[in-house]
Amino acid sequence: MNRKQKKILARIILAALLVAVISFLPAEGIPKLLLFLVPYLVIGYDILIKAARGIINGQVFDENFLMAIATVGALIIGALNGGDYLEAVAVMLFYQTGELFQSYAVGKSRKNISQLMDIRPDYANLECDGRLVKTDPDEVAVGSTIYVKVGERIPIDGIITEGSTELNTSALTGESMPRSVTVGDSVISGCVNMSGAIKVKTTKAFGESTVARILDLVENAGSRKSRPEGFISKFARVYTPTVCALALALMVFPPVISIILGDSPEFFVWIYRGLSFLVASCPCALVISIPLTFFGGLGGASKAGILIKGSNYLEMLSKTDTVVFDKTGTLTEGEFKVTEICPLGIEKRELLRYAAYAESASTHPIANGIRRAYGEEIDRSRVRNISEHSGNGVTAEVDGVSVALGKRAFIESVISSEQRVEELGENAVFLALDQSLAGYILLEDAIKKNSALTLKALKKEGISRTVMLSGDNRKVAERVADSVGIDTVYSELMPDGKVEMIEKIISTEKGRGKVAFVGDGINDAPVLSRADIGIAMGAMGSDAAIEAADVILMDDDPLKIVKAMRISKKALRIVYENIIFSIAVKVLALILVALGAADMWIAIFADVGVMIIAVLNAIRALFVKGE
Amino acid sequence: MKKSYKIEVDCANCAAKMETAASKVEGVKAVSVNFMTLKMAVEFDEGVEESAVMKKVLKVCRKVESDCEIYF
Repeated sequence: MNRKQKKILARIILAALLVAVISFLPAEGIPKLLLFLVPYLVIGYDILIKAARGIINGQVFDENFLMAIATVGALIIGALNGGDYLEAVAVMLFYQTGELFQSYAVGKSRKNISQLMDIRPDYANLECDGRLVKTDPDEVAVGSTIYVKVGERIPIDGIITEGSTELNTSALTGESMPRSVTVGDSVISGCVNMSGAIKVKTTKAFGESTVARILDLVENAGSRKSRPEGFISKFARVYTPTVCALALALMVFPPVISIILGDSPEFFVWIYRGLSFLVASCPCALVISIPLTFFGGLGGASKAGILIKGSNYLEMLSKTDTVVFDKTGTLTEGEFKVTEICPLGIEKRELLRYAAYAESASTHPIANGIRRAYGEEIDRSRVRNISEHSGNGVTAEVDGVSVALGKRAFIESVISSEQRVEELGENAVFLALDQSLAGYILLEDAIKKNSALTLKALKKEGISRTVMLSGDNRKVAERVADSVGIDTVYSELMPDGKVEMIEKIISTEKGRGKVAFVGDGINDAPVLSRADIGIAMGAMGSDAAIEAADVILMDDDPLKIVKAMRISKKALRIVYENIIFSIAVKVLALILVALGAADMWIAIFADVGVMIIAVLNAIRALFVKGE
Repeated sequence: MKKSYKIEVDCANCAAKMETAASKVEGVKAVSVNFMTLKMAVEFDEGVEESAVMKKVLKVCRKVESDCEIYF
């Protein structure tokens, strides 16, 4: 509790004690009123001051005004009619208790979430004249070498130049498995160094680093508001004047009608009902619980490694009907791995070496896969006359041997005609040495282990259509789609073809549900921003994806999409529960009060009690179930 | 120009009132108050002096919510 909250707590306790003592004193009449005024002012003086200020500044209809008018009214009725002042003091007491609870709960969840987001590094260790100096990360220039000791957080994105260690990435990804890194690996700010000191050469300024971008994103997430939030602020604007008018009508019309009919007007009864009506009507439960729910939902999601850029996207996720996937890097690993090496008359290692040397200048994913499998440094001086035959293969001279590498058709055109080359599918690379076949290498872009599970879980969450877009040829795309369980496949698409496709899908979905696109942010940023909800995965360090996407999955596990949807649905369910529950109880209480079946005690429950229940319900949004 | 300020305010409704009040201040193009993160994001009109505008913003916010605070 902060100082303000402690002060209010002290006032509540003091006022409650005073009331207890005064109730036993035998005072009557004016002295009794004066005695009760002491606890009343102890607990309510700030409300009265605020209400008066509000009136002066033209802000009439707020909850301070409601409380002030209701309790002052109750005191006056008490004075004129029997001397019951307990109610007025109790209303103030409960109101303040409710406010205290609310501010405590909000503060608690605020703290909870800021702890989650406590990844801001305070300093970077820079070497200066042989000593390490703690420097503000903002002042570290790109390309400097920083030291990260065991237990410290990496302050700035960079590449390891010395040492190897394990990193705890849980603050960023929600993933508890440590990640091993060594010289040459790029590391991301926000991870905690767990087992060995490392030197890191920074590749970005602090402001551009992952951690700074994430913090910025999370802190500004609230500025895009969801529909329920918009509804509530509009609702409050109309609601308060309306109930005040109704309360006034309740105080004035029935007595007037009674007078006309010749009955006794019973002023006190109707004024009391009008005041109770005001107490019951306070819209706090809705006004506080809905933003709190969204805040909790966003916070819970960030804890799980899912960053959502605003509560409107949290809302939209729950309305998603179609999920469109990119293939490479989203459903598949995005990296070709050598799965088989079949040499013909030479050593396996030799075959791989020739292939790696011939591909030494290429950036094609297959070439990268072959070089990774070879694993040793390539001495470029041993390779000559590299020429790429785009889309088909490559020829080069390695150690004086002429090497050809590529698709079946390409190799058949190179080698002497009597040799037969088997058909082995799309991802086989054949190698010929001096125009004679020397074997082949099979590569595969493996499907992620959770892809099929994700698709199944999405169906269970009520997603009616799943689509995959791919730039790859039809055969490969359809095989991947079949094995993970995608409904519709569009293959052989150029990047702008993907944008057209998503537009087409959105237009056929009109009015039914939202279309989400999931991609890895590499050359599909335009699609990410065009979709109703762009979900970027494995986004640690990818600036374009962080910029374009609405939802960012910090690691590349597709199951996180399902988790994000569950979080969103839970938050939205809580929001609607709270709206319906609060409005129902209020309306019921208002009717009972107007009919005279409920007194001010019921009215104060309809206000404070409902608010406490709604806030407790809202806090549930913060907790995300593990798998 | 867009800037974010730390604020102090007690209730969500009060934060909403601050937002409405601040948006009417001259020199403020758009404003968004986030009660949960206690941040006020202000987008200023071209060429206005930030601190002068913020002084006015604080003044109108104090009018609608007497014990609010904006740190600028």
